[in-house]
Amino acid sequence: MTVTLDRLQERLADDTDGAFPDLVRSLQDGVYSGALQFTRNRHDAEDVTQDTFVRAYRALCSYDADRIRSLQLRPWIWAIALNVCRNRVRAKSRHPEAPPVDEHIDPSTDPASEAAANVDIAAWRTRLGTLPGPQRTAIVLHHVVGMPYEEISETTGRSGSTCRSDVRRGLAVLRTLIEEEGT
Amino acid sequence: MNHSDPIVDILVELGRTAPGGVIDAVLRRTDLADEYAVVEGPTGPAYVSWNGRGVTAFVPLDVVGSPDDFERRHPRPATQIDAPPDRLARHLEHTLETGRLGRLPVDLSSIGEFQRAVLEKCAEIPPGEIRPYGWIAREIGNPGAVRAVGTALGRNPVPVLIPCHRVVRTDGRIGNYAYGSPMKRALLEHEGLDPEAIEVTASRGVRLVGSNTTDIYCYPTCRHAKRISGTHRVEFRSEAAAEQAGYRPCKVCRPAA
Repeated sequence: MTVTLDRLQERLADDTDGAFPDLVRSLQDGVYSGALQFTRNRHDAEDVTQDTFVRAYRALCSYDADRIRSLQLRPWIWAIALNVCRNRVRAKSRHPEAPPVDEHIDPSTDPASEAAANVDIAAWRTRLGTLPGPQRTAIVLHHVVGMPYEEISETTGRSGSTCRSDVRRGLAVLRTLIEEEGT
Repeated sequence: MNHSDPIVDILVELGRTAPGGVIDAVLRRTDLADEYAVVEGPTGPAYVSWNGRGVTAFVPLDVVGSPDDFERRHPRPATQIDAPPDRLARHLEHTLETGRLGRLPVDLSSIGEFQRAVLEKCAEIPPGEIRPYGWIAREIGNPGAVRAVGTALGRNPVPVLIPCHRVVRTDGRIGNYAYGSPMKRALLEHEGLDPEAIEVTASRGVRLVGSNTTDIYCYPTCRHAKRISGTHRVEFRSEAAAEQAGYRPCKVCRPAA
């Protein structure tokens, strides 16, 4: 992943339009998976993923080649994605036209075979939602998206060791939650 | 150490593949991908593609048969849909009906300054009239660039809509076309011209016609030349010959600077 992103970065600097589709291909699954946890449903997560890359493209167009070469692509994309998620959640809470829709009653297009897994997503979204913001962010980026602590630190501006302890504390809370659910 | 934690194992399982529509939508919203549809053109059905800036290609089905072929030769990703959006469809219909570009937006953003000047000048040629390559070169202030004008027109991304079929050889013969000479003739015929007659006139060495009542000379297909009646019609082999006979160039078709 790192090697391909490095090469991609060089191509982005030389030919932004030509390399951009590959940037979307390399990072869209991670952004979507994380957005599923930071927004209320699949529909929102899909919108957030789209908006993130559209914003990233506009930003790249305004950067010169050296600035593009100095970016850390995945942390940079995730800084944008977290902003888009926050704005979306804020806008939705201001206009609560519909109750939150969970995955298992979401009428969008996933095949029925995924239904069981989708129940999981909704349940975990609720559990993760009880954590303090930084812990939830660090856990999702580290364990769901698969980012190392240094990258999370680059995204959130918190130090690497703080991100590490955010994850550890968050996991401890989740463990307690699960045990309580079991009793 | 995390590998023994069942919660971590479950969190990893929460990862999902992004829906296929995401990348398509992103590329469309950033104008990196086009949409296209089949519309009825003057010589039959044609693929027309567009993005947020305007029309990006126009290719008759006679030239490119299947959607796969179209997508393969298109310079960007493209998705087929039923029909262009309303506003674009209205302008497109107008252009195809009248033979004039009008207010149809065309995306020339990836095209250089010279080629853009050539294409914009070409779009001024009215339907049913033709001009030589040298005319465009002179009109855009680059009279020596006749060959480059030919190259620029050969790379016209939207033939038919920008009417490069109305640009002919300096000797008056119809000449080559991006989509083949037969289609060029068919398009001219569709606009009421007689390709055979054009070739015959050219082969007789006639490049200009004048009226002996006005002492003005024109390109043979200029709307003013078409009004000259047989008894008053005078033919010339060159601008110099016309000038020598005391004629001045028409101010509408501008056969000389």
